[in-house]
Amino acid sequence: MIRRTTAIAAVTWTELVRLKVFYFLIIFALLIIGNSFFLARFSFEEEFQMLKDIALGAMSIFSSLLAILATATLLPKDIEDRTIYTVLAKPVSRTEYLLGKLSGVFLLLTLAVLLMGTVFAAVLLLRTQTLLHSTQIEMAALPPAELQAALDKIRAAGHDPNLLAGGVIILVKAWLLAALTMFISTFATSTIFTTITAFAAYFIGHLQATAREYWLAADTSGLLTKSVLALVSLIFPDLQAFNLVDDIVTGAAIPAAIFWKTLALGAGYIAVYTALAAAVFHHKEL
Amino acid sequence: MRPAVLWTLVVAVLLFFGLARLPFEKSLDTAHRAAGLRTAALNIELREEIGQLSYAAALSGFRSLIAAFLWIEAHTAWEQTAWGRMAGLFQSVTSLQPRSLVYWDLASWHMAWNASIAARENPKEPSEFLRRRAEREYHELGRDFLLRGIANNPDPHVLHERLGIMLRDKFNDRCGAADAFATAAEKPGAPPYVKRLAAYELAACQGREREAYQKLRAIYSLGEEERMPSVISLINQLEAQLNIPAAERLAPPAAP
Repeated sequence: MIRRTTAIAAVTWTELVRLKVFYFLIIFALLIIGNSFFLARFSFEEEFQMLKDIALGAMSIFSSLLAILATATLLPKDIEDRTIYTVLAKPVSRTEYLLGKLSGVFLLLTLAVLLMGTVFAAVLLLRTQTLLHSTQIEMAALPPAELQAALDKIRAAGHDPNLLAGGVIILVKAWLLAALTMFISTFATSTIFTTITAFAAYFIGHLQATAREYWLAADTSGLLTKSVLALVSLIFPDLQAFNLVDDIVTGAAIPAAIFWKTLALGAGYIAVYTALAAAVFHHKEL
Repeated sequence: MRPAVLWTLVVAVLLFFGLARLPFEKSLDTAHRAAGLRTAALNIELREEIGQLSYAAALSGFRSLIAAFLWIEAHTAWEQTAWGRMAGLFQSVTSLQPRSLVYWDLASWHMAWNASIAARENPKEPSEFLRRRAEREYHELGRDFLLRGIANNPDPHVLHERLGIMLRDKFNDRCGAADAFATAAEKPGAPPYVKRLAAYELAACQGREREAYQKLRAIYSLGEEERMPSVISLINQLEAQLNIPAAERLAPPAAP
């Protein structure tokens, strides 16, 4: 089973790469490098704050877009090209086919986040080193303790290990979105329907926590309101739980327990959406 | 399997999973808030400030990105000396990113220092009274940013220290400044000079001179590196002012 799934994942990966999806990385690199030049006019604290804001925000946008758009095209394209019939005519189960497709997307998303993270880390490192160098020259006349304090401040602003945790959470959120989109595409009638529904789920998912809060609040009135809030809370994923990047960029530390709990929640969503996608796809008329 | 049965099962699994994850998500939500994460309140006022589209983006997980773009816009407003617009943008940025010390710190500094001086020297306003009033309003706006920043980030020393500087330099509130510096000095990572600043301001706070004297003596007793000329000179002044018995006084500095 693993060999067949891996083979389908590799083919999916190749197909997606041939669609030139990685061109968005050029836009990302231009955005980050261009911004770093523009932001040089700010104080270093402002510059690093905004560089992190923009880079992690852009990583989140690009990975979410890629997850939804790349996954939405997979099944309809294979049905349209009729390649799905060739694959499923061989001793490959529909579950293996679906898992292979999803693994291909996961691989693509992993590489995309890794590449974006590398560009971001390189720019951040370069700016930190440049600032350290210029500060050492400009403040050479200061007493050693004061110079050291200034350099430590720059290092603290430039190096933050929590950014890595932020990157991992962005990746898990993208995987979750890919699994959700795959589930939608198993019953969707077109790519457009899948894309629009996935984006709607994305926006509603970010409001799920608010809906849950109101649903569970004692003073929420009206049976209809409660029912709608309950449905939103139970059916849609809580995507706000994965929005820790906004806090990470401000220097907030993510406790290990919270980090692992967030990953566990992501894994749970991925497992359930993939299982549901497999169940629906198993009974789909092709 | 018939489609109706399949879809009943799918919905049942989704609902069951929703119920199963409910306590987990609630506990994670509580843990996030306890750790100071996801504390930004995205409300109607903010929507009116930043517009519908930006608000939707902020709700969709791009809060930090929107904050960065608004900060750049505020910088442009600064270059155009559009202080009112700048103040509005700072409100939005700090609402979007309440955990960012840099935004609170710089917003308060721009308001209390740059905008207030621009208002005081506004050539378009002939009335001295109105210019002074506008200056005071910007001081208060700057202080308001710091107070809200502290309410959102009580633990770091930076904003408390900035508040002390602002109360001292812009409000001439030496007692308030002393308290702000003292609070900053108690926070983790506060540089050693902050507790000296607290004692200096306390010495200038009417009625609290004895407290200041005790603080300065405590600083002096910490060792050679804390025995700054300013510390010794202030101790000598307070000894004279408070009539400290000669036997308890510091020896006056040796003549050069």
